[in-house]
Amino acid sequence: MKNPDYLSHPFEPTKDELPPGAGLHFAMDRRKFLKLTGGGLTVAFVFHDLFLFKDETLATETARVPASGVGAWIHIGEDGKVTVYTGKVEVGQNIRTSLSQIVAEELMVPLSSITMIMGDTDLVPFDAGTFGSRTTPQMGTQLRRAAATAREALVEMAAKNWNATAESLKAENGMIVNTVANKKIGYGKLTKGQQLVMPISDNVKTIAPKDWKVAGKSVPRINERTFITGKHVYVSDMKLPGTLYGKVLRAPSYGAKLLEADISKASSMAGVTVVKDGNFIGVAAPDTRTAEKALQAILPKWEESKDHPSNKNIFDWLVKNASAARDDRNSGSTKGDVEQGLSGADFKHSQTYNIHYIAHVPLEPRAAVAEWKEGKLTVWTGTQRPFGVQQELAEVFKLNKEKVRVIMPDTGSGYGGKHSGDAAIEAARLAIEAKKPVKIVWSREEEFVWAYFRPGGVIEVSAGVSKDGTITAWKFNNYNSGGAGLATQYKVASQQIAHLPSNSPLRQGSYRGLAATANVFARECHMSDLATLIKMDPLAFRVKNLEDDRFIAVLQAAAKAFGWNGAKTPGHGYGIAGGFEKGGYVGCCAEVAINSNKEVKVVRITQAFECGAIIHPNHLENQVIGSIVQGLGGALFEAVEFASGKIGNHGLSSYRVPRFSDIPRIEIVLIDRKDLPSAGAGEAAIVGVAPAIRNAIVDAGGAALNTLPLLPNGALP
Amino acid sequence: MVLNINGKRHEVTVDPDVDLLTVLRDYIGLTGSKYGCGEGACGACTVLVNDKPSKSCITPVSSVAGKEVTTIEGLEINGKLHAVQQAFLTIDGFQCSYCASGMIMSAVSLLKDKPSPSEDAIIKAMNGNICRCGTYPYILKAIKLASKS
Repeated sequence: MKNPDYLSHPFEPTKDELPPGAGLHFAMDRRKFLKLTGGGLTVAFVFHDLFLFKDETLATETARVPASGVGAWIHIGEDGKVTVYTGKVEVGQNIRTSLSQIVAEELMVPLSSITMIMGDTDLVPFDAGTFGSRTTPQMGTQLRRAAATAREALVEMAAKNWNATAESLKAENGMIVNTVANKKIGYGKLTKGQQLVMPISDNVKTIAPKDWKVAGKSVPRINERTFITGKHVYVSDMKLPGTLYGKVLRAPSYGAKLLEADISKASSMAGVTVVKDGNFIGVAAPDTRTAEKALQAILPKWEESKDHPSNKNIFDWLVKNASAARDDRNSGSTKGDVEQGLSGADFKHSQTYNIHYIAHVPLEPRAAVAEWKEGKLTVWTGTQRPFGVQQELAEVFKLNKEKVRVIMPDTGSGYGGKHSGDAAIEAARLAIEAKKPVKIVWSREEEFVWAYFRPGGVIEVSAGVSKDGTITAWKFNNYNSGGAGLATQYKVASQQIAHLPSNSPLRQGSYRGLAATANVFARECHMSDLATLIKMDPLAFRVKNLEDDRFIAVLQAAAKAFGWNGAKTPGHGYGIAGGFEKGGYVGCCAEVAINSNKEVKVVRITQAFECGAIIHPNHLENQVIGSIVQGLGGALFEAVEFASGKIGNHGLSSYRVPRFSDIPRIEIVLIDRKDLPSAGAGEAAIVGVAPAIRNAIVDAGGAALNTLPLLPNGALP
Repeated sequence: MVLNINGKRHEVTVDPDVDLLTVLRDYIGLTGSKYGCGEGACGACTVLVNDKPSKSCITPVSSVAGKEVTTIEGLEINGKLHAVQQAFLTIDGFQCSYCASGMIMSAVSLLKDKPSPSEDAIIKAMNGNICRCGTYPYILKAIKLASKS
């Protein structure tokens, strides 16, 4: 077994998580769907017009996708049932519902006639993964156009059948209606006996958001009942006949090498399979208790490596170990003469911001069930990248990808933390030897220690501002956090912006909003401090330096609902922050109170959010609230403690996440821009919370806190 | 060992110190109760033992012998949802829903005890249940709705 190198691999969010050269060939996918769908009408989305969006961050992706690839397809069966095939997955963002709404809207069918097949590598076309807030803008757009193409094709077929003009026909409730001759025919009947495959028409007309009847409404969530009755089967709930329970021996610290291990006692236990392969030792047993006992019976000797940094000296470490190579991928333009801009400014302000590592803590830990049958490996696992995991498995077990099927049932959340196939590889490795299906469910401790973290980082900002409030220079160095949200979103004549990757001592990767949680924090703290320096209102200062109307609109909408210019409570502080990320715009206002013990309470958060035309108002508001609540944790108290290559707080009793009692009053303003394409909403909404709270604390007369989390002990220093 | 789960008698052969959650999930096949932390800190495994909320991941199975255990699967009767489930269905406030069973069981127990709890009482009673997706405001709404029904 090839030892997965991810343990020491500090992968860079958004880049290295994508499989190299991803993409299947059209011919292969064509066979896949012809075999699957049988008779009826299939409309496939061909990739060449996928990336119409002028979003620069997508540009690198475009090159990876073969021109002949297929992104998604919709099948209308002879029974009129509509099946949608997409590689996107459901991790709680309720995308199953919103994608169904989009198809129902364009195809003019009842929601109940739609089945979404998601994230099954044998059934759906290739997809890089569910991350980067791309499902709504990309997959949503593909499916919208595929559905509209199908609708137009059905109208034309009926027109031919009835020898009528297409103009005299309309699609309605799964039927084509001839309004002149007063005739109707169901979609299924219309396509009966034929197997029709068509690509999406380039000129297809989709329904304008202002005319939406199903999209844009808060329809009931699909399958909601199965979740509130405990019937939904998550991977950790699955059991195939004969399934064994697997456990993996973990190293005592990061980088430890296995010198030797006596597995004889464990191997002699009844029903127990032990696998020792390189640094990997795992056991499989008929029940968890036996698996645990077998694991304890293994006596390993490890050589632990020394010289690990801890969370106490991590920021110096990251700066010291930063590579000189600059990563300008997401930095916008470096322009003007920043040193001259700084020296010529009326006021200058320099500050270093520190960001601790935090954990995703998906409530369902990583889980996988693996089964080998006639040389083919099938793995059910909770992952945001089924095809990425398929590739990992194919590489590790030296199989053709066609011999690996990855299935992802709707899973217990991810937040960017479930991009890798760790549990899948482990279960598959044990299942080879056991010759039975093996299930692995990581313990909470394993999830904390062996998954990956949101990167820690150090951000140095120097800025110059003139008396009238014009920012003249902006210098921004980010060590290790990553490139997302790096570029300033304000107008600045002279700017120099860099991301300097470092040697992270912890495994790090994507997190909701990626590095934008760090970069927007530093930028928005700095913006408010500059406003204070020149005695300008922080909202007015931002607006003065902005050109983007959407950004201005969310800041003003949040301020208005919050009562930014209204009466203030003595002793309370008020802060504002905002930004845009992945097509979503956020403006956030926070009110805090500081008591005589210097304890800080977040009294309320008002957040305005805009991501184009809204598809499901209730679920969108839920994403925005969820982002705020998750953002509160990283803002106030979440931090990974580590030393000597070990994680200190690896349980939910020691790593604190937001609970009911932490939630302030939250008010959300959703701006529905029906004139703009819908964008994703799962990430951008998290970025404003931390800086808004920090700026409110400063406003209340508290210290200028510049490290996330702001209040690990609940009180000001 | 004989257990009474959702009004049904189950006989299991298992070490007495194995946790109730493992027995429910792996031995009896009731997977509605979830593993989230293994230390009683997240509430995903909450079940009722003689109507009191209990963190099944830290409850030795032997301690519930002779007692009535109710899990999420025992709330729906003859296809009719429990009033608390109905309220959650109406509010449609969950995201990944992995916490849902534990949230609902804790809420059922709270409302049995206090049919019209104040917001503070709800927060106090529910504070042992984590929703990492952050849907707490919706869960509060659903519990308030259920308390009215």
